[in-house]
Amino acid sequence: MSEQVTYRDAVGAAIRDAMTADDRVFIMGEDVGRYGGTYAVTKGMIEDFGEDRVRDTPLSESGFTGAGIGAALGGMKPIVEIMTVNFSLLALDQILNTAATFRHMSGGQLNIPVVIRISTGAGRQLAAQHSHSLENWYAHIPGLKVLAPATVQDAYAMLRPALEDPDPVVIFEHVMLYGRTEALDKEATVDLSSAAVRRNGSDISLITYGGSLYKTLEAAEKLAEDGISAEVIDLRVLRPLDDATILKSVGKTRRAVIVDEGWKTGSLAAEVSARIMEGGFWSLDAPVGRVCSAEVPIPYPKHLEDAALPQVDRIIAAAKLALGR
Amino acid sequence: MSAKDKDLRPHLTRDHCLDLMRNMLRIRRFEEKAAELYTQEKIRGFLHLYIGEEAVATGVMQTLTPEDAIVATYREHGHALVRGVPMTGVMAEMYGKSGGVSKGRGGSMHIFSAEHRFYGGNAIVGGGLPLAVGLALADKMQNRPNVTVCFFGEGAAAEGEFHESLNLAALWQLPVLFVCENNLYAMGTALARSESETDIHAKAASYKITSEAVDGMNVVDVEAAARRAVAAVRDGKGPYFLECRTYRFRAHSMFDPQLYRSKDEVTEWEEKGPIRRFSDWVTKSGLLHADDIEAIEADIAKEVEDAVAFAEASPWEEVETLLEDVGAAS
Ligand SMILES: Cc1ncc(C[n+]2csc(CCOP(=O)(O)OP(=O)(O)O)c2C)c(N)n1
Repeated sequence: MSEQVTYRDAVGAAIRDAMTADDRVFIMGEDVGRYGGTYAVTKGMIEDFGEDRVRDTPLSESGFTGAGIGAALGGMKPIVEIMTVNFSLLALDQILNTAATFRHMSGGQLNIPVVIRISTGAGRQLAAQHSHSLENWYAHIPGLKVLAPATVQDAYAMLRPALEDPDPVVIFEHVMLYGRTEALDKEATVDLSSAAVRRNGSDISLITYGGSLYKTLEAAEKLAEDGISAEVIDLRVLRPLDDATILKSVGKTRRAVIVDEGWKTGSLAAEVSARIMEGGFWSLDAPVGRVCSAEVPIPYPKHLEDAALPQVDRIIAAAKLALGR
Repeated sequence: MSAKDKDLRPHLTRDHCLDLMRNMLRIRRFEEKAAELYTQEKIRGFLHLYIGEEAVATGVMQTLTPEDAIVATYREHGHALVRGVPMTGVMAEMYGKSGGVSKGRGGSMHIFSAEHRFYGGNAIVGGGLPLAVGLALADKMQNRPNVTVCFFGEGAAAEGEFHESLNLAALWQLPVLFVCENNLYAMGTALARSESETDIHAKAASYKITSEAVDGMNVVDVEAAARRAVAAVRDGKGPYFLECRTYRFRAHSMFDPQLYRSKDEVTEWEEKGPIRRFSDWVTKSGLLHADDIEAIEADIAKEVEDAVAFAEASPWEEVETLLEDVGAAS
């Protein structure tokens, strides 16, 4: 049942299938309609579903994100697309102060089943206002679920449970993943609570998510050439974190390196590291390592952008350091 | 005046006048009690009183059906009460007790009632406007004939969310009634000290939204304007904007020493207060008698007393429930 598709088309197919299955589902955002989506995810959709359900919005991130939240409160199932995580900061008020709080603030009377898709990450030389990885800012917020599908399969399969979830779900799509082609089985399902072990290993756990997954897998390949068996965990659900999978892996390998495109200070990697400390300290044979982005706004020139981000060689070095090799 | 316009005028029957009077007085007496309870430390945190502005919520709310939606601010006790949210649940919410409408989780600033389509209780200035736009969008997309009414202060007009929301509502021709409660001050900042254009309703007009300014101290005028507005919105004519010119008699919140305005100014406005004005008019015109008003006062005194008793008797939420209602129970 599987076919080869791009990540971009997998997301697009998931949206189309959801809109076909449920009249309440619609997508709204800047340039999702006539333009076809900044990353072409919604290309052709407006012709098939009309401009009510593929709704172009003005440049009003707070306004249209809040409108999506309101529409969810009013019984619709909106998918709000925000072009880039940097722009999502203009909508943060609505996401944090409205979407994430209403259930609690109303004593459980109200819930907001909105899905917000945000592209994230660096690698396209878009410089310091279009390249950041702020997933952890959202993963900090109780009341939200935060997803970072890294594979074509997850890009397709995670949207359905996200839309079925009664609470707000934020989905991060790393911009370097849109062009990747992989197998997709549309029938396979996924839950919104578990991390995935992408490669089995026994010497060290490499824990990552989103755009860093493929770099981490490549590092694991190279480590294997040196006789090091690395396990690779794709967190894919950033809130709530799947502690059990993380601790099980570390319990087995006794060493961990976390690869996270966010800035190191206050990063998701720091959170995962703390959880390993709290839940797996006595099984560790080495300090937990972190490979994160350098503490700098992402620079424009290719060589500096590359230098700012986690790369395969840095992952290998961090793994070897943990192994004392 | 056409037959249709005549239909839209408030029908000032004796019963209707009793109702308007009762609604305004319920807010006034409830909030006077709340202020007293605040000094006794029964109510804590922020408490924003609506005293002086009662004609706005009362007048606007006359025109709504139970299916219509309401979005309000942190100064929303009055709106909740007129909407029919029980006074007991509102009072207990202000106490932070489990019998509160939101199980005490919200307090004075966050009154919600799903049953009454009362969506807060929003304490981010301007934050309720996008939400109202979305509720209206959902109604429009699902072909429901509902109107969403969004109340906010004139301070919100300086926020980006105000402008984004007005534009979206007009662009998509959504069934929203925006009601600006212009009480001339945002905390201590007078309108002219924060806006280059102080005529708020003109801003709405610039988005091609039908817009009018009304005397917010006159409940009949507010109701008349709201009837026109809601009829137009329900008719599919897109959003409508009412600027109700009013005044808050009390401090912004209980922490406000009111350094920014004079006592004389407040007294002047109190003299044209909405309750005083309406009761003078209905008694002079013979629609109501002094003993009608006394009877209402007696009913309300009892209702307020019952609400306080309810809140006092209501238990606190168990600390074990702390993490409840953050997400769906899994
Ligand atoms: C975004 C935001 N900024 C600042 C505040 C603090 N604040 C609370 S009420 C208020 C004044 C708002 O005035 P207005 O909108 O005119 O409403 P009013 O209080 O007069 O009813 C301010 C500045 C806030 N709650 N939200």
